[in-house]
This record gives sequence, structure tokens and C-alpha cells, in this order.
Amino acid sequence: MTVQLQPPFRYVGKKRRVREDRRFVAGGGHYAADLVLAGMLHCAPVQSEHPAARIVAIDASAALALPGVHAVLTGAQLAAASEPLMNGANTPLVVRYPLAVGQVRYAGEWVAMVVAETRALAEDARELVQVEYEQLPFVTDGEAAMVEGAPLVHPPHGSNVLLDRHFFWGPVEERFAAAPRKLAYRVRWARSSTVPLETFAVTAQWDASQDVLDVWASIQMPKFPDQIARSLRLPGNAVRVHYDVDVGGSYGVKRGIKHAVLVGHLARALGRPVRLVEDRLENMTGGDMQGPERVFDVELAYDDDGRVHAMKMRALDNVGAYAGRSPFQLGKPIGAIVGPYAIEAVEYHALAVASNKTPQEAVRGFGQAPTNYALETGIDKVAAALGLDRLEVRRRNFIRAEQFPYLIPSGTTYDSGNYHGLLEKTVAVADLFAERDALRAQGLLAGVGIASCLEPSGGNSSFEPLLNPMNRTTTWMESCRIHVDALGGITAAMHTTTSGQAHETLVSVAVAEVMEIPPERIRVIRPDSLASLPSNSPVGSRMAIMLGGAAVRAAQKLRAQLLAIAAHDLGVSPLELRYSEGDVHAADGRKLTWQELVVIAHREYFRLPPGVEPGLSASSIYMVPTGGELPKDDKVQMYPCHSFEFHYILVAMDRVLCRPQIRRYIIGHDCGQVISPDVVKGMTLGGIAHGIGAALLEEFSIDAQTGQPTAASFMDYLLPSAHEVPPVEIVHQTTRSPLTVFGQKGSGESGYLGSPAAIAGAINDALAPHGVRVDQLPMRPALLSDLLEGTHA
Amino acid sequence: MKLALNVNGTDRVLELEDRTSLLDALRDGVGLKGTHAGCEHGVCGTCTVLLDGEAVRSCLILAAQAEGHAVTTIEGVTPGPGELSIVQDSFVETHGMQCGYCTPGMVLAAVALLRDNPAPTRDEIVEAISGNLCRCTGYGQIVEAIALAAERLQRSNTP
Ligand code: FES
Ligand code: FES
Repeated sequence: MTVQLQPPFRYVGKKRRVREDRRFVAGGGHYAADLVLAGMLHCAPVQSEHPAARIVAIDASAALALPGVHAVLTGAQLAAASEPLMNGANTPLVVRYPLAVGQVRYAGEWVAMVVAETRALAEDARELVQVEYEQLPFVTDGEAAMVEGAPLVHPPHGSNVLLDRHFFWGPVEERFAAAPRKLAYRVRWARSSTVPLETFAVTAQWDASQDVLDVWASIQMPKFPDQIARSLRLPGNAVRVHYDVDVGGSYGVKRGIKHAVLVGHLARALGRPVRLVEDRLENMTGGDMQGPERVFDVELAYDDDGRVHAMKMRALDNVGAYAGRSPFQLGKPIGAIVGPYAIEAVEYHALAVASNKTPQEAVRGFGQAPTNYALETGIDKVAAALGLDRLEVRRRNFIRAEQFPYLIPSGTTYDSGNYHGLLEKTVAVADLFAERDALRAQGLLAGVGIASCLEPSGGNSSFEPLLNPMNRTTTWMESCRIHVDALGGITAAMHTTTSGQAHETLVSVAVAEVMEIPPERIRVIRPDSLASLPSNSPVGSRMAIMLGGAAVRAAQKLRAQLLAIAAHDLGVSPLELRYSEGDVHAADGRKLTWQELVVIAHREYFRLPPGVEPGLSASSIYMVPTGGELPKDDKVQMYPCHSFEFHYILVAMDRVLCRPQIRRYIIGHDCGQVISPDVVKGMTLGGIAHGIGAALLEEFSIDAQTGQPTAASFMDYLLPSAHEVPPVEIVHQTTRSPLTVFGQKGSGESGYLGSPAAIAGAINDALAPHGVRVDQLPMRPALLSDLLEGTHA
Repeated sequence: MKLALNVNGTDRVLELEDRTSLLDALRDGVGLKGTHAGCEHGVCGTCTVLLDGEAVRSCLILAAQAEGHAVTTIEGVTPGPGELSIVQDSFVETHGMQCGYCTPGMVLAAVALLRDNPAPTRDEIVEAISGNLCRCTGYGQIVEAIALAAERLQRSNTP
């Protein structure tokens, strides 16, 4: 059990520069595409032009005839030399390789890979690859894909349904029968994604004299080296992934396993380093990086006071052409299925459906933001049905501070929270309703949006065994190793990549806090995977909790070693010693300084306690603090910690253009003990901006007639610019988690989890006086103005 | 084709294909990796460099078009190894970045703005960076960084 460090802290929670920034601001980041290796070859994919077709023949002879072209790899060739990519769902007949084998299943799918001396030459050559297709019927809509007789994306599987799980937690039917009021509604969340500015990039090199594959990739992927090794039929210790690559943003999607397997195979087959850097079009169509696309059908049972007692939710997710891990994005929200509300019983029906669209990948929150949007819409509807204030309905339904730890019907215990406290603190900043009415008096459409939601954090992956009983993985560790060199310098290692979340700063602060040594004096490194302890990666808003926990544990072990050495040398019990800023003091005034202790450990073996190994080094492989039980009775403890955010915003738009403008954005945020304030602030602001995109702008639209993507560049897939993101006012509250080393919770997904719901609520409040509403995202101007047409001004 | 480029004050002669963009010439020809590719179709601003002091998109310009002009990249606004300019230091002070991928372009957009407008309003800062996308930060701490840089530059003698 973790012994929690208590405030006041020396370094934790203090304003401090983020160490990574110094290299980034000088253009000194080391991104995957920056690597240049002697003899390196370049790739360009041949992409499918059809949403579904049989590959009849591939003629690469003209391409191969171009001087400087080294290979044109087809799916059939790669499949013969590798194992299929990992499949999370229990669908053994849904087989996936990095290149299409026999059949293409979405427009943009990679059919062949051209390898040449330069990228430009590879692009020229791909134009010469002749692929003969026989077109097949296709389906792109998730609901249509479920209908009897719909074209099958994977005929051997026999259906397009990849996951169909029905859960009943608590007395749902009784609560529905007893409730005086019910309502039913449908909301839609369109396909968008995190769209990092860096596309996916990977370089691989095979060292034939050592039998090792070196991989440099822009990834955020748990168990990445294992997956490459398995697919390429290599021993685990023959794949060396370099974690010191800086990743140019991910927020979930940079999984890149198909890219890495492909390039790893080519590097080995060609005996030359090979690199693949997607261009933006390849990234958006064939990079397998699009997010959830959901239809929610929800029913709520509530009473005349607005208390919601039970919920039935069906979530249908169109996961695209292959399964991968995407169906699990329906599972993660189970850990916060009731949000911050004391809903007593829940029925949840999770459906993942395949279609002829780009496969789905993990997106910030892993399915939580769409679920929050569905739930918050319902809370607003309850308020509207009763003519109650939306804030009041939330107050009445919130779990109360004294009820924590609080067990929700689906089996997760929320660690701590004070939802009422943060709501009141946030609404005290401004009376947005009065500001709204003033805008309305000027003839504008104006609305207040409210969203209260949780950020489950500390990522285990309990949804995997819950949704797929074949999968019994419950171990989700993160690790840190600390080493003190012979001159007394401290170096701490983390064992995964990082994509902008300032993990090096996190480790340095956590170690510094325990060692009582300034963070600036602690070097943080990211060794390669063969030099690393078991770790996962920065998923599930877990690193403050997990990497922070590992760093503290390792530092505590190191401190204990120093005390043991000092106790032996001074001839007293360690209990009589006091550690302070690296030195150890005895009660009688004698002391050993940091430098003396380092010398004893590294050079003066005769002064070490008997049996103690020389040097100073400690490590921790830290497990999620709630452990790793398998699900029982369809219930499981999902993530350990639960941050809370309360969005309170004001949106205005004019009737003609219907361009929503966010006039005020106030967010109350409680992620427990903050470790790096500037980092948490940045995460929250970035998350809100991402949510603005999902709510108002971003959609991977597709032409239903042709199955062709119609948003495949930054010209038609719109990311929020500085114009669209308003200044944000942040209100802080600190409700410490009892489970973590500093009382911290996660914040890597903050902002995004509630901003789409808040914006949707504000727009519907603005529309309400006109008798219309909209329950789908994104809410684009054209959609809104069509709705308003014919209503009265 | 042979091309003479002036990059960060140094003249260089490069042997490039005619179709090479300034972005590719800087990254692959000159070997300066601080300029990044985000979209290569002129929307994201990640590839921003200065051409005679003006912020331009190096993915939209052919290397040949930059001949006869002074090209400044992020490496060129960094005073020396391990040192930061006032604008760069202000970005660090406010944590105006996360993954750092858009950051060189943002810094150069800020440098271009502050050269012409030493005391920009918030709206002017927003306008100046509105052609530079950032997916990490939500822009808040970038706007703070540029306002801080303006304030510091006004108090100092050196840019
Ligand atoms: S890379 Fe040049 S504008 Fe996007
Ligand atoms: S800091 Fe990552 S895109 Fe701007």
C-alpha cells in the first residue's frame, strides 16, 4: 500500500519551468522524421481507390523499372512473411495485415508499398503501379451495416458486428417501473480525431551481425516492441525501440503498429534502413487514425425533483474496416458510466460495428468524451422537461462529498470528489445567465452551456477482460530506475516515449521531492526498449499517477539505501537518523554528506554494510494502485482515480451566419494534488480546444454514394485556430486522491471530456427560444441555419 | 539544379531537384531539422520560416524562389548553443508549447509580429498566429508568451 506524501511540498505543485521546453523552443526536439541514416530508403504507399474491392492483380513492373526503385511490397508478400496484427476483439476471422490482402476494405487502404532512394521517387513510382480491382458492394453507415443482407466487410466473420455486449448493473427494470417520469433520446457523435500536427513517422534498421531490429517511431503505444516482434516472428529481444524519439503530438492515436511492422519487414528484407513518413493525405485516409463514431440511444428514469434513478444506454460505434483495439473504446466509459451522478442502476448495450471506413484508433479519453456528451444531454433534457434550472438538477444528482469512496453500479469505486464544491466555486465567477440575457436583448442568439464530468485516470485496461474474456491481462505497470553515479549525479530513467506531456519534468520533480534535491540536478533519460523495465505508455491519463508513483517509489528505495549505509557507518540504527537534502544526520550531531555517502557506495566497500551491493541504484515497477482483479459478474474496477471538471460557458451567434462564438469559457478543474501547474493548465486548455473542434468543426466526412472520404486535408477537415479558441478562465479545487503518492489524479484528457457537451448545451440553450434543438456533433453553421430557417426571429 | 541559398546569414550552394520545396531544401539539403512539416499544403504553418523577415510557409515555396532572399529558421533566431532569445525564453516561461512540433513556426510568427508591432494587443497576437495551428496547447500559453516577450523586449535593448 502506498504511503502518501503529505503537503507542504518543496517542489510538487510549484511553478517551475518545463525542462523539455528548452530544446523544443530552439528547434532541438528529436522527432522521428529528423533521423538520417546512411543508405536510408524511403516509402510511399499505393492506396486503394475503392471502399471495397477484390484485388485481382498488382503489376509493379513499370515502377520497379524506374532507376532507384528498390521494391514494391504487396499485401500477399507481407502476409506470407508475418503474423497478423494484434486484434483486441474476440473475432479471430477478422484478420488484419499492414497491407490489404486479397481485398480492400476502405478507400485509402494501403495496398502496396513502394521503396525508393528518395520519397519523391517513391511517389513517382507509385503512380506506375497498376492494381486491377473488382469492385464489391460496400457499406459506410454503422446502422446500415447491421441490417440483414448488408455487404460484409469480413465475409468469413459472417456479420459486421464485432462486439455486442449487454450489461445490466442494478435493478434497472424496477427503477424504470417505479419512476414517475421517463425520457428517451438519441445523440450522434461524428468521426473526428486528435490529428497531431506531426503525421506518423517510423524508421527501421536491421543489424544482421547482431540480429536486432532498431526502430525509431513517433509512437504512443503500449507493448509496441512486443507487437512488432510477434508480427515479424522475431524474439522479443531482437526488437529495439528507441524511446528517446520526441513525438509531435498524439493524444491517443499514434499507435503506428502497422507502419512499424511494414517498415521493419522491409528493412530486414532489403538490408537497408527504411523509413516511412506519412504525408497528410496518407495520414488522414490510410493512417488508421480516426476516432469514435457513435450513435447513442438513451432512456432515463427520473422523478419530479429531477433525480435520475436509472439509465439505459445503447452505444453503437462504427469502428471501420478492422477491429484492433477500437471496440475497447466502448468499454472504458463503463468505469464512469454514471458520470458524477448518483444513478442507481444502468443497462448498457455496447455494439461495435465494422464498415468500409478507415479503422478507428484510440482518441483522448478512449471513448469517454462521447459518453459524457450523451449523458450530459440527458441531464439537460431532464431539466427542460421539469422546467428546472440545469445547475439545480446537477446539484440534486451529484454524488455528495461525504459519500466517497463511492461504488458505482458497474463496479468501479470513485476515489474522492467534491462536485458540489467545485460547481459553486465555478458559478460564483460570473452570472452567465444574466450575460446571456443581455446578449439576447441585443438580438443575438445566446446560450449557457454546462457540463460536469469525470476524467477517469491512472489507466489499467480492465475493459479488455471485461469485453473479451479471452483476454486475461490485468497488469498495467509503469517503471522508473534511478542511478547515482560515482560523482554524485542522479539520473532517472523512464521507459516509454513521450508526446508533449512533460514526463521528464514529472520524473524530475517526483524524484526531487523525495530526495530533497532540486529537480534541475536530476537528469531524466529514456533508454531504448531493451534497456528498459516493463512499462506501458502515456495512455489513460495515467502518467502523473503511474510514472509519478514509480519515480517516488524508486526514490524512496534509494533514500532507504542511503540511510542503511549511514547507519552502518555511524554505528546507529537507521531509525535514529534523519535524512535532509541528501545528507544524513545522527541525533548526536554527526553527519554524512551526500558526497561521503556516494564515495562509500562507489569506492569504499569496506564501509558498506555486510552483504550490501556496491553503487546506488533503485527501481520500481509500479502497478495501478487499485490492483488487477479480473471482472466478476460483469463488473470490474476500472481506473483508480477520478478527476472532475465543471464547464460553464457562454456562446453567442447571429441568426444569419449561425457561427457560434464562445464569449466566456469558465472551467472548474479538480485533479487532486497538482504536480506541475503549467503542464496541467496546458493540458486543460489544449483539451478544451480539441473539444471545440469536435463540437463545431471536425468531421471525417464521407460520400455515402461513392464511399470516398471528403475530408482528407486541412482544407476540409478544420482544426481550431487561435481565432476559434477563446481565453479560458480556470477555477481550481484540490480534492486529493487517497490512492496515489502525492494525492494526484490524472489530467492528460482534461478539458476535452466535457467541452463538446458544454458547447452543445450552450447552442441548444441558444436555440431553445426558437423551439428547435440539435443532438448531433459537430454543430456546423449550415446545420444550425437550416434548423432555424422558418422559425421566428 | 544548383542553387545559392542564404540561410541564417550563411551562403550555401545546394544541388537540388527543381521541384524541391524550401521546406525540403532546409531539412534535407541544409540539414536544419528545426523546421517541421505538418500538412505540406499551406494550412498549418508548422513549416513557417522568415524570408527577409516576413513569416512564410516553406512548404509552399520552391527552394529556387528563395534565391536572393535571406532565409531565417528557428536555428537562426537561437543566439547560441544552449541560449535562448527573449521570444524563445518567454515561450519557456509560460510553457507555450507541449510536444514542440508547432513551436519553431510559432516562435518565428511571433518574431515577425514583434518586429513590426512591438506592443500588440491580444487580438493582434491572435491574428498573427491564426495561420499557425497548434494541436497541443489551445493557444492560451502561446498568447501569454508573445505578450510577455513584447513586454520584455520593450524593456530591453537587444531583440
Ligand atoms: S506544412 Fe507548410 S503550412 Fe503546413
Ligand atoms: S506544441 Fe504540439 S502542436 Fe503545438
